[in-house]
Amino acid sequence: MERRQFVQKTSATALALSAVALGLPGLSHAQAWNKSAFESKNLLDAVKAMGGSAAPTESKDISLTAPEIAENGNVVRIGAATTNAAITQLAFVVEKNPNALTAVFDVLPGTDANFATNVKMGQSSNVYAVGKMGDKFVYAVKEVKVTLGGCGG
Amino acid sequence: MSDPMRIRAQAAGDKVTVRVLVSHDMESGQRRGADGKIVPAHFIQTINATHNGKTVMSAQWGPAVSKNPFVQFSFSGGKVGDKVIVNWVDNKGDKRTDEAAIT
Repeated sequence: MERRQFVQKTSATALALSAVALGLPGLSHAQAWNKSAFESKNLLDAVKAMGGSAAPTESKDISLTAPEIAENGNVVRIGAATTNAAITQLAFVVEKNPNALTAVFDVLPGTDANFATNVKMGQSSNVYAVGKMGDKFVYAVKEVKVTLGGCGG
Repeated sequence: MSDPMRIRAQAAGDKVTVRVLVSHDMESGQRRGADGKIVPAHFIQTINATHNGKTVMSAQWGPAVSKNPFVQFSFSGGKVGDKVIVNWVDNKGDKRTDEAAIT
């Protein structure tokens, strides 16, 4: 049973990936989903899976918007912005979630490096906004306390 | 197929701020259903937005993005009346495309 589920899941993923590759030929920035990065368990693994060569360093170039206390871990609004033009990707990492990497936004020409989204948090944790500059990564961090977890239940 | 996205694109000067509310379960793969079995993960993996054929937002998401995800971004060069087209693909191959005019 487990194996069957696994096979179904992987073929569904393959389908989704090929759909992305085939269905959107005009979008040069549409890229395959970075599976290994999204399976990483902590900040360092996520950075490595995204092409980083060293541990990320804290930087004031990135500003992270997150609540200090989130009553409901199912919906936590977080935002990240940067003024550093060298940053090509902004990612959100929630340290204590089962899979740490939450979302990766590409910083495209003409688009402001300023994104916000809602994430789930299993428990109180540090939240990182990570910026990618080639193989170097910088981050901003903030601790978010969660009163009611958003995973499991 | 899922419900349409709610897209609001507002121009302020040269800048357009886009807010998108997607209708999607975003099942994390961590939760157990009433039968005690883990509910399989089902979530949006890639989401893109284009304006006049140019990609203005492109993101990859994991299962930890909230149910009915919200995303906000802004870009320059948009005019009132232009269309912003948003599309997503999830890990089961479902996809959806919606558009809205800049106001």
